[in-house]
Amino acid sequence: MLIIECPYCGQRDESEFSYGGEAHIARPLEPDTLSDQQWADYVFYRSNPKGQHREMWNHSAGCRRWFNAVRDTVTYKFKCVYKIGEPQPSLDQIEGSQ
Amino acid sequence: MNRVADGGRIDRTKPISFSFDGKQYNGCHGDTIASALLANGVRLIGRSWKYHRPRGIVGDGAEEPNGLFQVEQGALTIPNVRGTQAQIYQGMVFNSTNAWPSVKFDMMSVFGAFSRFLPAGFYYKTFMWPKKFWMTYEHIIRQASGLGESPKKNDPDYYQKTNAHCDVLVVGSGPSGLMAALAAGRAGARVMIADEQEELGGRLLSSSASIDSTTAALWVAGAMAELGSMADVTIMPRSTVFGYHDANFLTIAERLTDHLALSDRVGARERVWRVRAKHVILATGAHERPIVFANNDRPGVMLASAASTYANRYGIKLADKAVVFTNNDSAYQTADDLRKSGVNDVTLVDSRAERVDLAEPLTAVGIKVINGYAVVNVIGKAKVIAAEIRNISADGKSISGKTQRLDCDLVVTAGGWNPAIHLFSQSGGKAAWNDDKSCFETGVVVQQQISVGSANASFALADCLAEGAAAGISAAKSVGFDAPEISVASTHVLEGIALEPLWRVPTDGLPSRGPKAFVDPQNDVGVADIYLAAREGFESIEHVKRYTALGFGTDQGKMGNISGMAILSEALGNKISDTGTTTFRPNYTPVTFGAIAGPEIGPTLSDPVRKTSIHTWHQENGALFEDVGQWKRPWYFPIGNETLDQAVDRECLAVRNSVGIIDASTLGKIEISGKDSGDFLNMMYTNAWKKLGIDCARYGFMLGEDGMVMDDGVTIRLAENRYFMHTTTGGAASVMGWMELWLQTEWPELEVYLTSVTDHWATSAVVGPNSRKVVSAVVEGIDFDKEAFPFMASRQGTIAGLPVRVNRISFSGELCYEVNVNANHGRFIWEQLMAAGKPYDITPYGTETMHVLRAEKGYVIVGQDTDGSVTPIDLGMGWAVSKAKDFLGKRSLNRVDTVRQDRKQLVGLLTEDPQEVLQEGAQIVNQASDQIPLPMHGHVTSSYHSACAGRSIALALVKNGFKRQGETVYVTTVDGRFVAAKICSTVFIDPQGEKQNV
Repeated sequence: MLIIECPYCGQRDESEFSYGGEAHIARPLEPDTLSDQQWADYVFYRSNPKGQHREMWNHSAGCRRWFNAVRDTVTYKFKCVYKIGEPQPSLDQIEGSQ
Repeated sequence: MNRVADGGRIDRTKPISFSFDGKQYNGCHGDTIASALLANGVRLIGRSWKYHRPRGIVGDGAEEPNGLFQVEQGALTIPNVRGTQAQIYQGMVFNSTNAWPSVKFDMMSVFGAFSRFLPAGFYYKTFMWPKKFWMTYEHIIRQASGLGESPKKNDPDYYQKTNAHCDVLVVGSGPSGLMAALAAGRAGARVMIADEQEELGGRLLSSSASIDSTTAALWVAGAMAELGSMADVTIMPRSTVFGYHDANFLTIAERLTDHLALSDRVGARERVWRVRAKHVILATGAHERPIVFANNDRPGVMLASAASTYANRYGIKLADKAVVFTNNDSAYQTADDLRKSGVNDVTLVDSRAERVDLAEPLTAVGIKVINGYAVVNVIGKAKVIAAEIRNISADGKSISGKTQRLDCDLVVTAGGWNPAIHLFSQSGGKAAWNDDKSCFETGVVVQQQISVGSANASFALADCLAEGAAAGISAAKSVGFDAPEISVASTHVLEGIALEPLWRVPTDGLPSRGPKAFVDPQNDVGVADIYLAAREGFESIEHVKRYTALGFGTDQGKMGNISGMAILSEALGNKISDTGTTTFRPNYTPVTFGAIAGPEIGPTLSDPVRKTSIHTWHQENGALFEDVGQWKRPWYFPIGNETLDQAVDRECLAVRNSVGIIDASTLGKIEISGKDSGDFLNMMYTNAWKKLGIDCARYGFMLGEDGMVMDDGVTIRLAENRYFMHTTTGGAASVMGWMELWLQTEWPELEVYLTSVTDHWATSAVVGPNSRKVVSAVVEGIDFDKEAFPFMASRQGTIAGLPVRVNRISFSGELCYEVNVNANHGRFIWEQLMAAGKPYDITPYGTETMHVLRAEKGYVIVGQDTDGSVTPIDLGMGWAVSKAKDFLGKRSLNRVDTVRQDRKQLVGLLTEDPQEVLQEGAQIVNQASDQIPLPMHGHVTSSYHSACAGRSIALALVKNGFKRQGETVYVTTVDGRFVAAKICSTVFIDPQGEKQNV
């Protein structure tokens, strides 16, 4: 069971959190102008990288706040967490700091 | 008795009587089931599951494949207890498994005679076709095989769970584990040391080695005394670390009472520890592997390490004449251990051509050492009578020469050691093949951990002690302690690490021709099965495992797996490193369901039960309840001996003809406030909200971005920036989470506050043509005039001085007033309404009647009439979908797939026979035909007998249903009939909606 750092509450067990999928998928501002393919990209298609992955987590059994994280999908390790709206840390920097 | 006069760790002054297969025996305090039976000369302890061959004890620990017992009876019975790991206690009762009618005369051994018809993959190949035969075979085989019986009664024991944190968790307490714990403990670290055995010491408890000029046993005692004196060291015997998860989270099953006589057991039976360790030291040791040869499963063939254990630790003279068969140095000590336990005639057969130095001290004391030979066969059926040996070539690939017979009643085999890397692998580490030592060892490490001693393929005792000490020091330092160096003990033992790999003794012809040679005795997997799998094209070890059952079962192949992988490599002509291992998964050894569940059992602990504030009234008035999510909702209120159907008919008619009342408190309720709440609702729901008047209500659909219906409900505007949302009973939490997601991640700039108020309100819905008279009689401050209080409006008033909010909405098509009050007064208000309704025979009703009433009107239930693939358009409810504004899922409603004409659409169904009630979920076809395949065109979603319509009614999703009105379709039944039904409108009662418009 992973230990996850909630940016608001600190380190907690994985069982307090729920996963929200890939982060930084912005909802299109004008959906009606999109082709079926473009809309499907937004609704259904997600990157599935082997390695660093930006994703959303919710401290659902805690403060119920959503936040973003960079996690390695091979080792499951959380590289960093950041609040919604905070700038995305660059993956190179994260890699370098390991 | 085969017990020697003294020595070992059993207490001869404390005899213990026990019963095995109905016969009484005596053992000693400290005995396991296995040692007690061997001390009593019981060799035959069970039958193998497939061929029903006689089997005996092979090992002395977790690797034991055969010694499985059914311990105790009735509710206390435990199946598949491993006899090598279970301590005996006074009055213990156990039986062998897999032997009917008895181990000595086994009816099913007939399978053995037909064994050449039961090869690997037999079930796949033969039993699946022809299907009719399979049914017969399966019945017989299931009766004959299987591993023990699970208890039929509720478990009378209780179980605990606990959480713990530590600096260093040491797993295993052999020489390396004890040294690691001592080193870390002396540094002051918080240490936990867990071991699966009754007492700590690991293989030192079985060893005739000496450490620092004292016996291994005394050295263990000294180490334990020192650990016991350390306040921050937790010592955990009978504690199996069975899972190693992410972030150094490990689970330990501690057995608290299984070793005690039944009458002495107090408290919890087992306790599961959930441990977060800063550092983990894996000192899990190694499992000895056998060398595979013909008839190597006969009772009396045993691992060398186990033979040493029974001789040294349990003081048993195992045989009169023993043959020790080895490819490495470690069995030399065993040969001497056997001699010391009183076995006068010991022959050591070493497959290596060259004599090793260790042979000298043995020959000096009369042990015969034969080099360049291998045991090729064992004579004897229920027990070993003799071993046959032949010359083996230096490369181990062929045998030659004359067969020599060595009379003996014990054959021990030593094929080398497999490090117990199970927990290491569970932690995410990768196993690596070590060609020099001929074993899989720890490769890439991914967590804060270190493997030491035999678990690290360092098999020599001195290395185990040194690695343990170093690991303890470095672990303590890594968590911030100043750890002193430790002087490492000197050791004396007959040991060496030299080994020439020999996985199986070669045969003259194909492996399938000779007698069976077992790799995995628990699953009756032999060399021939693995060769057959390879011949049939299986290459991946994971596939071969599943085809042959290699490594299945309660031992998970701890003894035979690695040999099986090596033999597969041989059969395929691959390197073992290329074949690799199967995946090691938790649990290391089986853990009882009770321990995993812990105290969270029973109807009140497994899942919360939610009851409305009116619940007690329902109970007192005979309601039967239905679970809706976690809620208990009244299902129906039978009078006298009424059946469900009778009660529902009566309740439906009462509502439609006079007035009924239902507890609607369980509907999810979320209050939405803040200046942007109208904009937010516009995005959440398909319909528009900003023009809704205050104290007005609107029905809304909530869609996923894929355009599919997710939830529905009525929302009321309470004030300019305040809305009151109803969700489905089961959907409240997920709708709350869905809205929070969007507010926090997509539109954090919106000022919207969400408050879950489901439990704050109690709701009594008064339904039917007389409902206005009932509420008028009891509610003050509200004008119930048709114009003053129209449909889809909300008003505030009082009942007996208590503020109530009354909503005129309807889920039945009848005039209806939903009376909401602070939940503390729910029952009081319900009773006021009941009293006011008395002149009209007000009838309480439950969910079943509610379902019938809404289906009569074609109102959908999300999750019953929808299944995540249905849009509002598919439901014929496009009127609820705004064309003007954006909302979640809107764009998806225009996708190529969602505008298809032949989508499944919601329609009504009327059966030709008005009494036939269709089955919900039944498939709909266009013709009553047994053509295969028969295209399916839809399914029934809701189906009831309607008293008001005087017949059965149903809702269904049918392809292109809107355009098929009036057509006849056929609905399948479980008894194989086709029921003709006509597609019709979804509204069966009051199509103009006049009843609620009064």
